[in-house]
Amino acid sequence: MSTSYLEASARERILAVLDAGSFSELLPPAQRVVSPHLGQLDAPVSFDDGVIIGEGRLGGKAVMAAAQEGGFMGGAVGEVHGAKLVGLLQRAIRKQAAGVILLLETGGVRLHEANAGLIAVSEVMRAVLEARAAGIPVIVLVGGANGCFGGMGIVARCANTVIMSEEGRLAMSGPEVIETANGVEEFDSRDRALVWRTTGGKHRYLIGDCQTLVNDDTDAFRTAAIAALAQSGPTALSLAALEAEQDMLRRRIADFGQADDPMEIWAALGIVKPQAVPMLEAETFTAMTERHRIQGTA
Amino acid sequence: METLNYRFANGSRRIKPAPELVGVVSSGNLEVLIEDAPGSGACAIEIKTAARGFGAIWEAVMQDFFQRWQLADTRISINDMGATPAVVSLRLDQAVAAMTEGGQ
Amino acid sequence: MQTAVNATQERQVDWRALAQQLFPQGHDITEQDHFLSGTARVDGATVAVVGTTGHTPIGIEIALAQAASILTTVREHPGRAIVILVDTQGQRLRHRDEMLGINSYMAHLGKCVELARRSGHRVVGLVYDQALSGGFITSGLIADACYALPDATIRVMGLPAMARITKVPEERLTELARSNPVFAPGPENYLRMGGVADIWTGDLAHALREALAEDRSADRRAIAGLERGGRKLAQRVIAAVAHDVPLS
Repeated sequence: MSTSYLEASARERILAVLDAGSFSELLPPAQRVVSPHLGQLDAPVSFDDGVIIGEGRLGGKAVMAAAQEGGFMGGAVGEVHGAKLVGLLQRAIRKQAAGVILLLETGGVRLHEANAGLIAVSEVMRAVLEARAAGIPVIVLVGGANGCFGGMGIVARCANTVIMSEEGRLAMSGPEVIETANGVEEFDSRDRALVWRTTGGKHRYLIGDCQTLVNDDTDAFRTAAIAALAQSGPTALSLAALEAEQDMLRRRIADFGQADDPMEIWAALGIVKPQAVPMLEAETFTAMTERHRIQGTA
Repeated sequence: METLNYRFANGSRRIKPAPELVGVVSSGNLEVLIEDAPGSGACAIEIKTAARGFGAIWEAVMQDFFQRWQLADTRISINDMGATPAVVSLRLDQAVAAMTEGGQ
Repeated sequence: MQTAVNATQERQVDWRALAQQLFPQGHDITEQDHFLSGTARVDGATVAVVGTTGHTPIGIEIALAQAASILTTVREHPGRAIVILVDTQGQRLRHRDEMLGINSYMAHLGKCVELARRSGHRVVGLVYDQALSGGFITSGLIADACYALPDATIRVMGLPAMARITKVPEERLTELARSNPVFAPGPENYLRMGGVADIWTGDLAHALREALAEDRSADRRAIAGLERGGRKLAQRVIAAVAHDVPLS
């Protein structure tokens, strides 16, 4: 029986992705570690500050995992929320976890906590890279309604592996922000098809920013995460890998920098019927585009 | 934000020791944290709500809830973001269900 | 600090005047399309300099150019310190940048800075004019330490835009911004919260020399935030989760 990842809560997702019965929550809601800043803006708090963290098993291996709750403040990162993620990544190093699984759904910095949120996201970024340097792979799952935006969109691309569904979005600035700043001709935020062509899972998969594209199904995400964890190879940054990424990003501008619409990029990649891309199921899409897509680096 | 407190004595149903959380603090929704509070005797409920001035409605919903379940030695904490009484009752019932699933 | 005032009366710091103060022993930094790069002499050694000017937005090209400079330094000049000069209005807000994955370009820059740090290069960031939002999160904020000049503007977003998005009245945000380091823009607040290591006044060359000599390999910003009172919870939560230190 399939369960929509998109419609599940963060709690439901983390339990569905990890091995059944293996999850043990750190700083659970009963400890009431809430935001110290939301009260002065007369905004409600959440007992877990919008992120569930803990230890568990994935395919039998001991991992740390976190899931952001998109329903609370858009999943955005405040002081406590960010500190929970940083602590989790540091704990993974201490315990030599087999990996860290991050189920991200977030608008980025929580504006209600402004400066604290910005610094927190920066600390999460450092902590992800610290974990990688310690040999701990970081695997990011993106498939929630709010996507993964802002500074956390950057954090996602600091991970070893990004797994997305078509419904997921990965970007930096949201279309509304761009439209407000530079007008509807620049980016019509109400054109949903355009938004998903520009920032959705399939596009990210094709240009090399996402390693695996799955259906909107918690089992599919789980299977992909287990596979990502099973991958061997270096987790730490290296000059060679970053030079390869530099080259890929340079070529991306050279090859696709003139495109007005992402569909032009898909056509340029050699996909015969780019307009059909949004309609395809994950497996069909993956099979069809395998020899055309850019294989991204970590 | 408004904070409301209710306390109901003379309940009889106990709940399991491990706390449970249901719901999400999103618009029109709420989260309910339910904990075993041994020795307290009563069912104590604290609500922090973004919607001010609905004390009478909350009281009615809590009364109904207590009539339904008659919980004892229980602490319930709620963060609410404008849920309707129907949604509040639903979450409360879900919270109790989560606590009594283990068989009590 | 010598400043220029452009047509819209907005203050801009002249990077050349800054460079003279930072690098009295000389430099060969050039500017191209608001992108700064080159080398300078500090204490008899050569340092690499990379950065931006003119409040430029950070788009994919300039992020990649900064990354290229850093990779070149790592590849060809082992041990050479890197100074990142930050003046930006934030990430570029264009459909094209999002389509091409500006988050990846930013992440790439951040990873290059991290690689440099781990490969024995001291990396120091200086916000000398503006640092808005995501514009400096993968440059200044990912260095060994980030410093600021006293008149620098550091903030996440302007108050009117914040009021629109959070639905909190602008008057309330303005009131809070007066006293609360979480909302107030400016280097003093980032200092209090641990995001900025120090604010440089007086002899900038001396401040830079000292900064380059410090070992800041571990991320101590949350600890600084706790010690200085700007972020009282972050470090305690980190310690609770990472090391099972009970939260009082």
